[in-house]
Amino acid sequence: MIAIVDYGAGNLVSVKKALDWLGQDCAITSDPAEVRRARKIVLPGVGHFASTASLAKSGLQAAISDAISRKVPFLGICVGMQWMFSGSEESPETRGLDLFPGTCARFPQTVKSPHVGWNQLEIASTSRLFRGLPPSPFVYFTHSYHAPLNGTTVASCEYGGKFSAAVERDLLFGVQFHPEKSGEIGLRLLANFCAI
Amino acid sequence: MLTKRIIACLDVDDGRVVKGVQFVNLRDAGDPAELAKRHSESGADEIVLLDISAAHERRSTLLDTVRRTAKQLFIPFTVGGGIRTLQEAASVFSAGADKISINSSALADPTLITQIAERFGSQAVVVAIDAKRHNDSWQAFTHGGRVSANRNAVEWALEAESRGAGEILLTSMDRDGTASGFDCDLTRAIADRLHIPVIASGGAGGAPHFVEVFREGHADAALAASIFHYGLSSLGDLKQHLLAQNIPVRWPC
Repeated sequence: MIAIVDYGAGNLVSVKKALDWLGQDCAITSDPAEVRRARKIVLPGVGHFASTASLAKSGLQAAISDAISRKVPFLGICVGMQWMFSGSEESPETRGLDLFPGTCARFPQTVKSPHVGWNQLEIASTSRLFRGLPPSPFVYFTHSYHAPLNGTTVASCEYGGKFSAAVERDLLFGVQFHPEKSGEIGLRLLANFCAI
Repeated sequence: MLTKRIIACLDVDDGRVVKGVQFVNLRDAGDPAELAKRHSESGADEIVLLDISAAHERRSTLLDTVRRTAKQLFIPFTVGGGIRTLQEAASVFSAGADKISINSSALADPTLITQIAERFGSQAVVVAIDAKRHNDSWQAFTHGGRVSANRNAVEWALEAESRGAGEILLTSMDRDGTASGFDCDLTRAIADRLHIPVIASGGAGGAPHFVEVFREGHADAALAASIFHYGLSSLGDLKQHLLAQNIPVRWPC
C-alpha cells in the first residue's frame, strides 16, 4: 500500500485520484502506524511551510523517518519537497527533515509571486524519477518559495533564477511541481515512482 | 520560461454544458466530463467549470458533475458558480476541484476569500471579477453582470489580492460574447497593479486576440468558452499561432 500522508494541509484528493488512475493500491492516512506499514510514502502539500509543524506533533514525522531509515521509497510534493530540506524562509521557526541541504527562499521581486502555471524543466539523464520522459517537459507549478540547486538536483527550472524543481538521492525523491496536475508527463513520473 | 496559459471554460447548467466546443466523434457533446477530457487532450492548460444553474437544489448535481469530471482530468481544474460558504467550497474540493472561483459571494463577504485561503491555500482561491467600463474606469458587477456592486474593479482586485486570492479571473462584460477581442486596457490596468496572476476573459474571437491580450494586456492566462465555434479549429492551432508570434506556451503537450 502507498500511504498518502494527510497532515491537514490542503487537498489530497488529486494525488489519490492520479494513483488510483495508475491502478495503485493507495490510501490517504493520518495514522502513524499505517505510515510505518506502507510500501511507499507520498507526502503532498500545498500552502504554508508552517503547516508541516503538525507532522512532528502527530507522530507522523517519526513514522516517516523510521520508514525512510528502512529504505521505504519516499516522494515529497510541493511543500512536501520543501520539508525535506533544512527549512524555509516562509517559517524560520519550523524545522525541515534536513534530508537535503539548504533553505527554501522566496522568489525575487523581479517576478510575480506565486509562480503559477506550466514551466519547462531541464532534466539530468541519470534520474530514475524522469526515466523515459522527454528531456525538457512542461509541468504545472504553484508556489511562492523554492528550494536551492544542489548536488541532488535532477530537474531545474528557471523563474527569477534557477531553482530545484526535483531532487533525488537513493530512495528519496522530491518534486516542487504537481505531477498529479501535469497531464501525461506527471502520470508517467508517478508511474516511475510507483515502479521503484 | 513560464508559459502563458490557455484555459478552456465549460458553462454548465443542471449537469450539462450549455455552450462550448463541439467536438466530432463525441458520444455526448453536452457531457462536461467528456468535454473536459477532450479539451485536455487537445492542449488546454487548465479547465474551468462554471455552474450557471439558477436553482440551489441543483448543488448535488454539480458535485456529481465535478466528481465525474475530475476523475479523468490530470490538469488543474477550477469550479465556480454559487459557492457561498467555506463548507460549500470544502465539498467542491473534496469532489475533486483544485481551485474554486468566487464572485458575488466574495463581494458580499470579502472575508470568505481569507477563510478559504487559510484552509486550502491561496493557490486554491480564484476571485472572479465581472467588470464593465464606466467613463474612465471599470465597475465590478455581480449576478452575471446584471447588478452593479458599486465597486471600482481595480480597487476590488487589489483588495481580493490582499485578502488572500491566488488568482483573478477578469471578465470584460463589454466584450463578453462579442468575439471582438479581449479588453486589453482593462486587463493591463489590473495585471500591472497586482502580484498574482490575472486570467483575461470575454471577447476572444480568434488567435490574434490571444496574442494581443498577452502582449498588450499583460495577461498571465486567457480563458475562452465558445471561441472554438468561430474561426479556430483547435487549441493546438491556437498554440502554434502563439508560438509563431513568440508567445511562450506549453506545446507540444
